[in-house]
Amino acid sequence: MNAIDDLFIQLRSEGRKALMPFITAGDPDVEFTGELLGELARRGCHLCEIGIPYSDPVADGPVIQASYTRALEGRVRLHAILDMLGKVASQVATPLVTMVSYAIVYRQGLEQYADTARQRGIAGLIVPDLPAEEASALATVCKARDLSLIHLVTPTTPRDRAVRIAEASTGFLYYVSITGITGERTELPPELLENVNWLREQTDLPICIGFGISRPEHVRQLSPVADGLIVGSALVRRIATVGKKPRDQVVREVGDYVSTLLAALAE
Amino acid sequence: MKSASAQNPSPPPVANQVPDAQGRFGDFGGRYVPETLIHALDELTEQYDQARHDTQFQAELEDLWKNYVGRPSPLYFAKRLTDLCGGAQIWLKREDLNHTGAHKINNTLGQALLTLRMGKRRVIAETGAGQHGVATATACAHFGLDCVVYMGAEDIRRQAPNVFSMKLLGAEVRAVSCGSQTLRDAVNEAFRDWMGSVDTTNYILGSAVGPHPFPRMVRDFQSVIGRETIAQCRDQLGRLPEMVVACVGGGSNAAGMFFPFLEHTEVKLVGVEAGGRGKQPGQHASPLCLGQPGILHGSFSYVMQDADGQTSDVHSLSAGLDYPGVGPEHSYWKKIGRVQYDNLGDDQALAAFDTLARLEGILPALESSHAVARAMELAATLKKSEVLVVCLSGRGDKDAAEIARLKAERKEGGP
Repeated sequence: MNAIDDLFIQLRSEGRKALMPFITAGDPDVEFTGELLGELARRGCHLCEIGIPYSDPVADGPVIQASYTRALEGRVRLHAILDMLGKVASQVATPLVTMVSYAIVYRQGLEQYADTARQRGIAGLIVPDLPAEEASALATVCKARDLSLIHLVTPTTPRDRAVRIAEASTGFLYYVSITGITGERTELPPELLENVNWLREQTDLPICIGFGISRPEHVRQLSPVADGLIVGSALVRRIATVGKKPRDQVVREVGDYVSTLLAALAE
Repeated sequence: MKSASAQNPSPPPVANQVPDAQGRFGDFGGRYVPETLIHALDELTEQYDQARHDTQFQAELEDLWKNYVGRPSPLYFAKRLTDLCGGAQIWLKREDLNHTGAHKINNTLGQALLTLRMGKRRVIAETGAGQHGVATATACAHFGLDCVVYMGAEDIRRQAPNVFSMKLLGAEVRAVSCGSQTLRDAVNEAFRDWMGSVDTTNYILGSAVGPHPFPRMVRDFQSVIGRETIAQCRDQLGRLPEMVVACVGGGSNAAGMFFPFLEHTEVKLVGVEAGGRGKQPGQHASPLCLGQPGILHGSFSYVMQDADGQTSDVHSLSAGLDYPGVGPEHSYWKKIGRVQYDNLGDDQALAAFDTLARLEGILPALESSHAVARAMELAATLKKSEVLVVCLSGRGDKDAAEIARLKAERKEGGP
């Protein structure tokens, strides 16, 4: 059993929901990312999603794009990121999931990337530019290594297709709340709850909702229908203040912010 | 009636071997995009498949090509250029004489008609040299569609006349200031717009790149170039040429020129990439000659990447060729050996620009100047009885100011 499967079995048995923060690896450097992941685990986050910076991300809004640019301008290398994640994984129980472009996975070689991820204790992959039709080769590679390959369903996904995607996904299903790129939104679409509820009836897989979520009221609104919530740009925006503020202060502020979301989740 | 077949080209070939239903040209192509866009790409594929077999759609497009664009574009014998090179007869397929000054309009009219067919009223596009932006803005003005064009800030600087034209045509030009501020970043930004606007907006992609169905669709719309060339060669020369040369950035003019020639295996096809300032990474834009297969902008094709898979910076003085990727069908043609791909540097392209201007009275686009330069070299190796056709994909008026600046920089003095 994969660490992500274990986690959701346990959370479901306790009637609890997961909070999954997203941060960009190497923003502004890998040491800071490692330190911050430790803090997120200490605060009680259930999984952590780590964005591998990519030069041409088309699904990301300005905040996450800028974090990728900062990381790449710092000349962060993939092996340094994976080594750092290996160190973190040996120190915390929180499952780590990489969000990584297929451009990067393909360039390493599918087996090579999966082997390294497995060796570093990474539990799963989200590959945002790899739709289900193109994913069979990577799915086979991941399955052989007990890595979760998490697929996405969006508001534009037709329902019969959503069912097929749910069947292909492992670990959990990532439901994208909005039609658009990543970034904080004041309000979430009214049909979101209904869509997730419908999806819930089609699959036993845990469903985590991401894109646009940043406020405690979002957490209160969505946690009843989801198994987990993913928060990215709101953290990354705070991380962008490194350099203007001392590092330990930014770590504390991000931790405090995550704690307010965790509190809303526990209500 | 002169050259009936050139004036009424046959419709695009229906039974193509590639791509397959997944948009694969052999190993290349496919769809590597966020799930949000899959439904729109499926819809576009379906609409295009219907339109391809719809005689009314084809008739409407051919009427626009003839009466709005001015097709067929002439096939012109460049006598003084031929004499200079001392080898094969050099003929120019004059896409520069199209309305808006390049081949791009062939495709944008087709995709704009599809936009109407889908009931969408807003269009987005990316542009490098600005030719596709102008051609999209033109098609949108013609059909009364809203138009937003994404363009890298560096390209806005070096292709100012086209920016002005787009605005005059009623399009909104949005500067892209992230990354390399060139075509590649304009494509990213157009995709990001589409992620949020996909319900109401159609993305008119300008080259034979991107996720399925774009590479195939753009190739088909541009294939009018090759079909006319074949008809004109038969009409004006009584036979097909020995060689056809076209420049390759994303590769739409080359795809459209080469595709109808594929079955004529006796005709040698040569694609010319931008060699920039040299073979070192970052100094050129030659993924087919110097890159390796990888993923960029939704398809699997040759690309310039570093060892981690990050897209590399590229260089060409020509904004339209300054792109780290290439259409997947070109990768396929390279693999099966049907097309030869060469590259050629900034200096040679500039020299060919001057030569064509002075010997033939034609200012070629800097993109097309690459094809002219390589054609001059190749013609010299052929017999005088042989024929070489160059796709003169666009005119160079847009480049005049940038060329003056480059010449001043190189202390050659102004033109």
